[in-house]
Amino acid sequence: MVIQGAQEGRTVPKTASAGIKDSTGYRVFTWVNTILLLLFVAIILYPLLTIVAQSFSSEGAIRTGQVNLFPVGFNLDTYRAVAENPLFWRNYRNTVTYTVVGTTVAMILTTSLAFVISKKHLRGRGLLIGIAVFTMFFNGGLIPNYVLIMNLGLKNTMWAVVLPGALSVFNLLVMKSFFENLPTELEESAQIDGLNWFGILFRIVLPLSKAVIATMVLFYAVMYWNDWFTAFLYIDRQDLMPVTMFLRNLIAGASSAASEGAAGQGMLTSAVSANIQAVTMVLTVIPILCVYPFIQRYFVTGIMLGSVKG
Amino acid sequence: MTTIEQQSRLGSGSAARSRKPGRARRPAKRNWRRTLKRDWQLYALAILPLAFLAIFRYAPMVGNVIAFRTFRPGGSIFGEQWVGLRYVRMFINDPAFWNVFTNTAILGGLTLAVCFPLPIILALMLNEVRVRRFKKIVQSISYLPHFLSIVIVVGMLMQLLSVEGTVNQILRAFDFDPIPFLQRPEWFRAIYVGSEVWQTVGWGTILYLAALTTVDQQLYEAARIDGANRWRQTWHVTLPGIRPMMVTLLILNTGMFLNVGFEKVLLLYNPMTYATADVVSTYLYRVGLVANNLSYAAAIGLFQALIGLAMILSANMISRRLVGSSLW
Repeated sequence: MVIQGAQEGRTVPKTASAGIKDSTGYRVFTWVNTILLLLFVAIILYPLLTIVAQSFSSEGAIRTGQVNLFPVGFNLDTYRAVAENPLFWRNYRNTVTYTVVGTTVAMILTTSLAFVISKKHLRGRGLLIGIAVFTMFFNGGLIPNYVLIMNLGLKNTMWAVVLPGALSVFNLLVMKSFFENLPTELEESAQIDGLNWFGILFRIVLPLSKAVIATMVLFYAVMYWNDWFTAFLYIDRQDLMPVTMFLRNLIAGASSAASEGAAGQGMLTSAVSANIQAVTMVLTVIPILCVYPFIQRYFVTGIMLGSVKG
Repeated sequence: MTTIEQQSRLGSGSAARSRKPGRARRPAKRNWRRTLKRDWQLYALAILPLAFLAIFRYAPMVGNVIAFRTFRPGGSIFGEQWVGLRYVRMFINDPAFWNVFTNTAILGGLTLAVCFPLPIILALMLNEVRVRRFKKIVQSISYLPHFLSIVIVVGMLMQLLSVEGTVNQILRAFDFDPIPFLQRPEWFRAIYVGSEVWQTVGWGTILYLAALTTVDQQLYEAARIDGANRWRQTWHVTLPGIRPMMVTLLILNTGMFLNVGFEKVLLLYNPMTYATADVVSTYLYRVGLVANNLSYAAAIGLFQALIGLAMILSANMISRRLVGSSLW
């Protein structure tokens, strides 16, 4: 039922509109399809909207399960409580720092290697690609990575969060195929005009690559913004944790009745935990929601570029 | 081919300009020197990323030798003394390991079975939408969960599934007793797979929608002339058209099979649900980093990584034999 009539949507020209025998069936199908998609959208959005509603609601209303899509007992007390928590702000600032530094480092590494392996004439290019791609299929695993970070003395530093993820091979391949698709004539004429490879990269290639750069920045920034696990492994000082760890500790504290070790620091009495969780979630997601609409058109092209071509 | 020749001619040109142009041809062993002279800047650009890969990707691979050596915390990352297969034997004889291995295989299999076909179906449905605005809006919303942190997703799950949560409200409305989902091992798999679908299905459609636009329109016309109805057109034209994409993604997913969402399980499970929720990676996390038995855990991790590698290689080989498309 779902797949019936698949060709129609693709070719919008009038000639393609179905033969007469199909038209009733097709109209029914269109309706069913639309309703199913609306249902799908509702399922995606519902949990998000509930959290927003909860963040504005009174604790009592949440406990008795009255809050659905709209806040009950509207108030901003929880936002005030969270905003006045110094640890929350500390962790929030940490997240911003980790994201900015991490994305910068990652972009430098990714762009330079992608530029190099996009040069088809380069000797040893295949080897370079192989070295990078192999890490996609085989990795050291949790324990050796942990031992490495400890041995490098990175525990409880920003670099333990920033460095391990600083080169995504997937992003590398996306950038590589983007660079390969740039017209070679431009680089050739630049060379004739006496530009060296650095000059070509900075003055010709990068200005032409805004779309793919925006995509990669978004991917890396979202990765660093959302990351909690590296901090969970390598950071045990609360003042160095990202906000995702703050949230994780709230959740862990709320799910285990005894909230020892939770980041709430006394503020986490179980009476307010549902609100505080909701507010923290909303505040953590807001930056992503803010950039998302602007960069969306870029990442769709970006991911297609990288993947369709392999 | 032509571009390579052009580029190398061009590249050597700039380097050779300072020298005499006639002496371009040289014995093979001196080629490298010329290459370096011409492209040293490119090689220089590659140094930092390569150093990164060496330290943060390849060193841990070598570090796996601690699976065969004793390891002293704080000691060398490559361990102290060879002990052969002691740790490998240990986990092979460990019933707890086989328990988590089964859990991993079931969870991974379920995820693959559910999360692989759904994006295809959703992409076909979206492809049917004629109203462009509606299609765009649905797409934008469907990608959104992909950008949320796992911590957020688990937080929402806990609120939705709590005894006072939405799901139990619905159950109550139909006169059922509320279920403490997160404490029940029999619910864990459903919760895991369900939330995985919620988070990934929209994002998964991007590639299929791209592939759908490349299907040749004339094939549909030909099929229609041959009297194929819509369902048959989908079956005989659309699906074969996106088959290479399906195969590629299936191979990739197969390789990830045993890497089932470590982070999500770690956030979501608790001792009450270990029976179904504990997977290889969470087990090795507890054995290695909580109980501090690093060599034993490294042996488990190495085993898991090797299985992953073997699976992706064989999936690739099988698909090359059967459908003629492969990752490399």
